Amino acid sequence: MATAEMVAGGIVPGISYRGLAGGAAIARVAQVSKNYGPTQALREVDFTIHAGEVVALLGPNGAGKSTLVRLLLGLATPTSGRVTVFGGDPKDPGSRERVGAMLQVGGVPATMRVREHIDLFSSYYPRPLPMADVVEMAGLQGIEKRQFGELSGGQKQRVLFALALCGDPDLLFLDEPTVGLDVEARRGFWDQIRKLVARGKTVLLTTHYLEEADALADRVVVINKGSIVAEGTPESLKASTAGKKIRCVTQLPLGSIERMAGVVSTRYDREAVEIQTASAESTLRELLAADRELFGLEVSNAGIEETFLALTK
Amino acid sequence: MSSTVAVAPVKWSRPLLKTVEIYWKESKYEFFKRWRMPVYSLSVILFPAMFYTLFGLILNRDLSGGHKEAATYLLATMGCYGVIGVALFGFGVGVAMERGQGWLEVKRASPMPISAYFTGRVGMCLVFSFLVFLTLFTLGTLLGGVRLAPTQLLGLMATLVLGSIPFCAFGLVIGYFTKPNSAPSIVNMLYLPLSFLSGLWMPIGVLPGFLQKIALALPPYHLGQLALHVVGFESRGDVHTHINVLIGFTLICLGVAMLGFRRDEGKMYG
Repeated sequence: MATAEMVAGGIVPGISYRGLAGGAAIARVAQVSKNYGPTQALREVDFTIHAGEVVALLGPNGAGKSTLVRLLLGLATPTSGRVTVFGGDPKDPGSRERVGAMLQVGGVPATMRVREHIDLFSSYYPRPLPMADVVEMAGLQGIEKRQFGELSGGQKQRVLFALALCGDPDLLFLDEPTVGLDVEARRGFWDQIRKLVARGKTVLLTTHYLEEADALADRVVVINKGSIVAEGTPESLKASTAGKKIRCVTQLPLGSIERMAGVVSTRYDREAVEIQTASAESTLRELLAADRELFGLEVSNAGIEETFLALTK
Repeated sequence: MSSTVAVAPVKWSRPLLKTVEIYWKESKYEFFKRWRMPVYSLSVILFPAMFYTLFGLILNRDLSGGHKEAATYLLATMGCYGVIGVALFGFGVGVAMERGQGWLEVKRASPMPISAYFTGRVGMCLVFSFLVFLTLFTLGTLLGGVRLAPTQLLGLMATLVLGSIPFCAFGLVIGYFTKPNSAPSIVNMLYLPLSFLSGLWMPIGVLPGFLQKIALALPPYHLGQLALHVVGFESRGDVHTHINVLIGFTLICLGVAMLGFRRDEGKMYG
């Protein structure tokens, strides 16, 4: 059986993904630890964001995702290590003018109208986008004059998104941008994020939704218990961790399947057997030779769900 | 020579007009935001107006000292009661809410200068304080026969409007040291007893002796005495003492609030 260490060890740490995104480093977290009292939220994290890439920070609740975003936004100071954004302190107003942020927030002033919220946040930035562009990019047409408190959940999220992009920042932080949205609204939101990326923006998003990381990100960074446990493209992560999934109906006992070449794990799923394997070809050769009655064979890539579970186990 | 381009941090500055724009919009929208909340805008103006009408204009006819004098006296002290409410509920409860719910953090992550946030809220309190003054003054003049000389009128206006500032600073302490759910009840628990013990509801001389001594330690008492002095009543104690106490109170509150502000740096919400 593969342990979490083995799986994480399959990825070369500190690999440069610059070739992938093509840009220079614009934000860097070097050897950063962050303690809140006795709890260690981050342990010696090294992490770089390159211009033009979309990075997804993936991890369970309490993994340290939001802490990392807060450090990059200069909302908190690292206990040790160094955080730089555009070569400077993230607290510098000069850095902040190039950054936009969509954070998880419990309450937004409800009696301000949508366009007033945008107008106010636009005033903070030196070269804000025109109001009409912001409204269009965030999909707020027709509700500009509504008060925030009258909006639906999805509309509220889009207003927060508008506030993140209205200053035309180079780097956007989106902390769980689609939390609480239904499937359709989430997909609509993804399209809006993709349009931003097409304009050359760099995006760091944190998410619970593995599907979201897979759909949007050039690079996925998996974080658990305050440490980065894996990073890579969604494809390379899937390939290097769980490999392939074989599903078939067979009379063979699980014990004998587990001894076959490449098999990582086996389990029953109703009448079928599900086999995780690092090498589908070798496993299949043995499997088919051992059971000539075998039927209902399916071979598929391991989903990012399996990858994620393996990494954060 | 190295081929890497040094990203030397260019000296950052914001054009003056831009800064003015931020402060203006922050104040303007803070006012609209509050104005559209009837729970706030109606209660901070109507409650003092109602109490003033009741105690200053209707029930005082039997009091010795005469009708007009009592109407003027209570215009000064009820005015103080009103502007303190504006500051504690507007500034104190407002900051506690926005801070506790994470909205202040969203603003801190933006390039907004934090001073604009506080200035905007002080600006809002000054405007509401002026509205409280205007309402009470109109009632007193039309229904209570209050007649103020122009200097008294301007003096009372300035005292009430500027007098809300120390309580904005106190509100800041409440904003940084209470939770959004408990802030309104804490303010209510402080506001009424403080106002009563400071002689804003009835002349301080009517209260028992030991309460009169306690009042000396209460900032609203000093604001009340200042307002009374301005409209021609003899103030208890030296005017400069009242002013100094209010300034000292403001500075202490700002210092305490600063501790909370610094502490937020290391704090995590939710």
